[in-house]
Amino acid sequence: MKREKRLVALAGQPNSGKSTVFNSLTGASQHVANYPGVTVEKMTGHYRHEGIRVEVVDLPGTYSLTSFSLEEKVSRDFLLHEKPSVVVNVADASNLKRNLYLTFQLLEMEIPVVVDLNMMDVAERRNIEIDVKELGRQLGADVVPTVIKSGKGKRRLLKSIRTASLSEKPFEPLRIDYGPMEPFLAKIETRLSMEKSLAGKYPFRWFSVKLMEGDGEARELLKKHLADPGQVLELADKERESFESEHDEPPEKHIAFRRHLVANEISRSCIKPKEGKKTPLSDRADKFVCHRFLGPAFLVGVIYLLYYLSIVQGYNITNYTWPLLARLRSLTEAILPAQGFIDEPLVRSFSLWFVDSINALLNYIPIFFILFGLIAVLEDSGYMPRMAFILDRLFNKFGLHGQSTLPMVLGGIYVGGCAVPGVMATKGIPDERSRLATIMIIPLLNCLAKVPLYVLLINIYFAGYKGLAMFFIATISLLMALPVAKLLTLTVLKNRDTAPFIMEMPPYHIPTIRGVLGRAVERVWLFIRKIITIVAAIAVIIFVLLQFPGLSDERKAHYTMEKEKSITAFYKKIKGNPYTEKLEGENLMALVLYWDEYKTAKMMTTGEEATKLLNQKFEEKNPDFFKIVQPKKDKTAKKVNRAFKKLFKARKKLLREIKKEKIDNSFLGRLGHSIVPFTQWAGFNWRVNVSLLSAFAAKESSVATLGALYQQEEEGETLETRMEKGEAGFTSLHALALMLFMVLYPPCIATTIMVKVQSGSYRWMLFSMIYPIVLGFMVATLVFTGGTALGLNGLQAMAAFFGLALGTTIIMGFVKNRPISM
Amino acid sequence: MKLTLDDLKPGIECLVKKLNAKDKLGQRLMDMGVYPGLRLKVVRNAPLEDPMELELDGFYVSLRHEEAKYVEVERV
Repeated sequence: MKREKRLVALAGQPNSGKSTVFNSLTGASQHVANYPGVTVEKMTGHYRHEGIRVEVVDLPGTYSLTSFSLEEKVSRDFLLHEKPSVVVNVADASNLKRNLYLTFQLLEMEIPVVVDLNMMDVAERRNIEIDVKELGRQLGADVVPTVIKSGKGKRRLLKSIRTASLSEKPFEPLRIDYGPMEPFLAKIETRLSMEKSLAGKYPFRWFSVKLMEGDGEARELLKKHLADPGQVLELADKERESFESEHDEPPEKHIAFRRHLVANEISRSCIKPKEGKKTPLSDRADKFVCHRFLGPAFLVGVIYLLYYLSIVQGYNITNYTWPLLARLRSLTEAILPAQGFIDEPLVRSFSLWFVDSINALLNYIPIFFILFGLIAVLEDSGYMPRMAFILDRLFNKFGLHGQSTLPMVLGGIYVGGCAVPGVMATKGIPDERSRLATIMIIPLLNCLAKVPLYVLLINIYFAGYKGLAMFFIATISLLMALPVAKLLTLTVLKNRDTAPFIMEMPPYHIPTIRGVLGRAVERVWLFIRKIITIVAAIAVIIFVLLQFPGLSDERKAHYTMEKEKSITAFYKKIKGNPYTEKLEGENLMALVLYWDEYKTAKMMTTGEEATKLLNQKFEEKNPDFFKIVQPKKDKTAKKVNRAFKKLFKARKKLLREIKKEKIDNSFLGRLGHSIVPFTQWAGFNWRVNVSLLSAFAAKESSVATLGALYQQEEEGETLETRMEKGEAGFTSLHALALMLFMVLYPPCIATTIMVKVQSGSYRWMLFSMIYPIVLGFMVATLVFTGGTALGLNGLQAMAAFFGLALGTTIIMGFVKNRPISM
Repeated sequence: MKLTLDDLKPGIECLVKKLNAKDKLGQRLMDMGVYPGLRLKVVRNAPLEDPMELELDGFYVSLRHEEAKYVEVERV
């Protein structure tokens, strides 16, 4: 037998177990991409069966195939234009009647259909007995009963797909009887069959039904393929109108109605009547899960658990994974050219910066893994729609959607989230307007990376009210995000598409380990692929902005002189010492590196045994140097030790000064200086500006840059004390303005990429970066300039602003959005 | 005054008489299985009153009251 290839599409309603079927068929060969031009995910995979290679495309789960929703449109276009050999229609056996509604629409497209009657076990448990043979006879298609979850019926399904895909016989399925509409349809069909350019491209019956429905896409198709579509369109409009006036019913409703009617008839004749109706377990569970008081309490519990397991426990895991990343860094360090006394080779500083930037992101992977796994549990269990059900009213008031809940929890609705998975999770929101609004406000929530700056500032300027200040920060982000969402939906998003809320509340399921782990791995991998490359590119740009143009020759000469001075002083001090000859020329620098290495290693070592081992190692490496580092009772060595300590300190000071001057003089530093005339109204000086600018790539950088700008005067001084000393004029009001700006800080690079992916446009990506800057600057200015004018201190301004935000939120909640389009 | 679905309290069963919504909402209601002649039951309201949950022949669906307004019903 020759090798043949076949394309098979999987179609089915949500919650019919379609993705389980897909996993079972294709195993590990899956591939995710997007359908061209849209944000809908396209899952493909393949398998081999008796010499045929079968390519499987998992279409999005939909209830119908209209052109009102993106998913339905995508599925329909795929079937129409890619012309798969077979459509496998996965249907929930325990809910046959409803599933047939989609089956009929698939049959109408005249592609051979195999009906996979899945979840037979659930049907059995509910006392539903289906006459499979009779069902197949009536549909005119092969019906295969399965319990794919446990592999039951899979072999028959494979065989059936094979037979259908190789069959030469024309596929003659059930024809839905549209009753009084038939003569109208016949007229359109006859007219269509006269158009040669459509022959063989589209099934005429399907086309007539769609034109009768007034389907916009079908009309577009006509315009695309016909030189003169006017005639046909006119005929379709005429038939629609005369049907509606004769039967007092819009044609699209009649069509849907007839489908339900036929579904009723078929299911009645193929299903033996149930004995005794009993409330399904899921409904009984919902009595608690959606209860007026218990429901919200349970929801808070679930959110807390999600937060606790992923953010808190995931963070703990990073304690174990971080050393691995640190080792990666030291391995890189080892192969790079060594550091000079005061100058660092460019390739060295660049490579380390690069590794640090990537590591900062890789460090989050344990958190993401747990987070994505837990989301998969929520998705598979069926709890997500309940979350949406409970919170929809609240979010709807602000132009958001019940399904905005999960993205917002992930983004950090209290303290500590991450905008990347948050934005990623907005995919499921069916309403375009709310979905974009949710994407836009997620970066305003408190992600983990914002926290270090809050902690730093609160520790210095709100030391007496730490708890209160932290509560303020945690809640103020939500109090700003909600009105902003409303404002966006009232303005820039005003004319975006909305969708009805109507949502299925599926029965609860116990998630499978395989499904959950598979999804977690897949999403983490997606994250790595999408984000890391971009972050790497940005890291290069920021590096250049922070390093160049560098120091002037004059300043370089100045620092070289300083270096010579301290080295000469060192040699003078140890003149005549027996160790002197061991420290000449190159050797001095070698000792610097040796000393540095030893001190770093010692700091990381705890316990007597380990220290002993460490000492041994270093002594073996260079016994002379070790004497200088650890002179013990050796008097001459002690002398060198003391002199060298001074030299080492002098070097450190020089390095810090150079770093500071470099940043100060860099492109970013100059920018920081040049915008002071504006930022002074918000209370930001150039140092703050630079640290905020450097935070664009990743927010953690803000604190790191501040650390570099406020240099240590004494060994071991914390940044808190340094900053307090360095900024005598800085008050708690300055700090408050800065913290609020941080709340409204534009999304990090990784997030903006996700915004691009989920919104599908660069314009929204740019918008998501620009509006927070404008808003943040306005808020910071209001707080700082306003607070100064009123003579408020930080704490008073905090209270005033909290009241203002709360008031705005409440008022905005009452403003009405444009009602949903019908 | 015509009785519409959003007027009904939890626990009440009714027959769908007519859908007054067109386009997206009308289609979506039909696609989710709300059609004239169907007997359905209001199961519960959400903790904040809106949305509401319906049972349509062993199948559970939630929708907002502003959407339910477009469904004309008759009590049984």
